[in-house]
Parts: sequence; C-alpha cells; structure tokens
Amino acid sequence: MDLSPPDATTDATAAQSLLICEHCDTVHRRCPLAKGELAECARCGAVLERCRGLGANTLLALILTALLVFAQATLWPIVTLGLNGQHVDATLWDVIHTMWTDHSQVVAVLAALTLFVFPLCKIFMLGWLLLYARSGRRAPGFRLLMVTLHRLGPWTMSEVFVLGALVSIVKAHLYFDVQPDPGIYAYAALMLLITIFAGVDLTRLWDETREESP
Amino acid sequence: MSAWPRAAELGLIGCHVCGQVCGMTDADDGTLACPRCGSTLHRRKPAAYARCWALLIAAFLMYIPANILPIMRTASLGDIDDNTILSGVVELWVKGSPGLAVIVFCASIVVPMLKFLALGTLLISSRRGSSWARRQRTQLYRLVELIGYWSMLDVFVVALLTALVRFGYFSLVEPLPGVVFFGLTVVLTMFASMCFDPRLIWDGKEDSDD
Ligand SMILES: [Zn+2]
Ligand SMILES: [Zn+2]
Repeated sequence: MDLSPPDATTDATAAQSLLICEHCDTVHRRCPLAKGELAECARCGAVLERCRGLGANTLLALILTALLVFAQATLWPIVTLGLNGQHVDATLWDVIHTMWTDHSQVVAVLAALTLFVFPLCKIFMLGWLLLYARSGRRAPGFRLLMVTLHRLGPWTMSEVFVLGALVSIVKAHLYFDVQPDPGIYAYAALMLLITIFAGVDLTRLWDETREESP
Repeated sequence: MSAWPRAAELGLIGCHVCGQVCGMTDADDGTLACPRCGSTLHRRKPAAYARCWALLIAAFLMYIPANILPIMRTASLGDIDDNTILSGVVELWVKGSPGLAVIVFCASIVVPMLKFLALGTLLISSRRGSSWARRQRTQLYRLVELIGYWSMLDVFVVALLTALVRFGYFSLVEPLPGVVFFGLTVVLTMFASMCFDPRLIWDGKEDSDD
C-alpha cells in the first residue's frame, strides 16, 4: 500500500475525523450529518453512524415514559383466562415464579434477566446519561455505563415477549375465555418506545459530551 | 491497490465499544486499551474461529433434544398431550391461525437453522479467505445478529401459558425439558454470533469484485 498513514494516529482531534467500519475494517473520513441522516460503509454497507432527529431532552422524556410504562407492564397482569367461572391472571413475576417452581429454573433465570433486570438497567443507565447529556456534560460513571450499555446489546427481549403474549393469547383462546389486561397494553406501548430507541446511535454521546474539568 | 484503505493497513484500530480510532503497532494486539472507554483493543476478536465453532457446536447439540423432546404438556380432564416445537406450530396452523403459525415457525425453526447454516458458511468461507460475495456475507452476518434473539419466542409462550393455565384437574400446562434445551440453544447461538468477527470475511486476498 502506498497510502501514507494519516498523521491522525497521534493527534486525538484528527482521529475524530476518521471512522472505522466495525464489520469490514474500512477507514472512512467522517462527514457531518444532518438530522435523521445516516452514514453507510462504502464497502460492506454497514451503518457507520446515525444522526438522531431527537434531542437529549426529547430522549430523556421518552426514557421517563419508558420507565413508567415498564413499571406498569411488569406490575400489572397481562391476560386473564377463564374456564367454568374460574379465573386466572398472570403478571411477569408470576410467569418467572411458575417457571422457577416448575423445574425450569434456566428459563426462569433467562426470563428474569432479559425481561426484567436488563431492560430496567438499560432504562436507568440511559436516563442517568441523558440527564447530564442535556447540557453536554458527562454523567458520573459515564465511561462504565457506556461500556455496560454496549455489552447489554441484544440481551433485552421485551419485544419478543410481546409477540409471545400474542401467540399465547391465540393458543389459549381455543380453550378458554381470554381477557387482555392492562399489562399487555403497557407492553405494546413499551414496544413502540423500544422501536424509537433502536434508531438512536448512542455512541454519538461520546462526541457530544465533554468531560468536566476537575 | 484498493480504493478504500483498511484500518489494519494504516496501523489503525477501531474500538468496538465506542468507535474511537486509535493507532497501534503489531506488538500491541491485545495489550492496548482504548484511551476513551478503556476496553481492550483487538485487531480481530481473539480466537474468533475456535470460540465461534465451539459455541455453535454446543448450540447444535442442545438443538437436537430441543426439537425431539416435548417442550410443553397440556393436561385436561386426565387427558395428557405433549407438544414439541413442530407440533405446536402444526396446532396453530390447523386450529385457524396460519399467519401466527408462520411467525412461530420462522422464529423457532427457520431462525435457528439459518443461524447454524449462516455462521457455519461464514466460518468456513472466511477461514479459506474466499472473496466470494463478501458484501452479501457481511449482510448475512448482520441479519443473524438482528433476528437471532427472536427465537426466544417459543420459550416465552411456554412460560406464559404455564403461568396462565392453572385450572387444576380441568386444565393444566407444564413446561417439559425441551424448552430448557431450546432456551440454551438460543443463548449459545447468540454468544456464537457475538464471537465471530465479520472483519475476517474481508481479510483474504482482494479480488476484482472489490
Ligand atoms: Zn464496512
Ligand atoms: Zn473505546
């Protein structure tokens, strides 16, 4: 290769002007993005970065809504089944608890982590980061939280649970009277919020916030 | 000479966690930490082939009992009916929800199979340094990452039905070991795809299609 390495390597600010595609290792020069635009890798088509159309304030408001909706989705019963005048309803915790007592502890742990612990952590961490990002500051623990958020990646599965609830309702409907409960609506709302957040490129927070001078 | 320089050729490395661009030399691999987020920097994910193969094979070993063993028992009025993943799909189809049956079929059968085939293909072709359809293979990897966790669908269905159908002698649903194996399959395939490094797809000889 007769390409000389850019002097960027040592200069921190010049390194900010480059982007490396994580799927094919191609080096790109960074272009400023307008709101809602995204940059794609010329070689493999991966999304390099995305400029969200939403400001930190809007995102913070959405996160607070998500927290509220998540609490409701977790605490309220999801569906009620009826048979011969008997009624049974279940919350997320009933689901986890029955799996634990019914010899499927592995499933109980998986469900508890992916449907409760991880989503809740994600919501709190994002909320904390955004609270400070509103004024361009880095929250205490910024580095640790950003790394943890990245690692949590695909391990929150609330949206899969919503589809699972739908399938369960259809299956149960064949034999029982099924009544949807408020929990399922809260889950539907949560799914909508998750979709919005899926389009947000959080790594930009690294560039948009400044470390506070001690 | 290629139109698009790669980080390894320029002595650069991109942080996987925060995207920071860092300079490095050959000796640095695995010892350098990202100045911005503190994660260890790797030119390529460490032991990607070995880890990915091991997890993929483990997942496949779990996938066999997951399909053969029943995942759920329905007991009503002394009548016992054990369901496997496939019979659950057939039941949905026959009892009048073909649309949902297709969704469950995709999540529980097509997606895991696709993961095994896709990751297997990616591992073998990258190892050979094949230049065949590199862009498409990278897209395949992204697809696997994107849809992988939807396979949990059946696990949640069994969990929810177990919690709901508790009418004693009249009707009862119990989880059976198949569902545990299936849950483990999904988790292991997710780990497998995380261990694979898509940059390996592009590491072989450059070809005219590039
Ligand atoms: Zn790329
Ligand atoms: Zn980093």
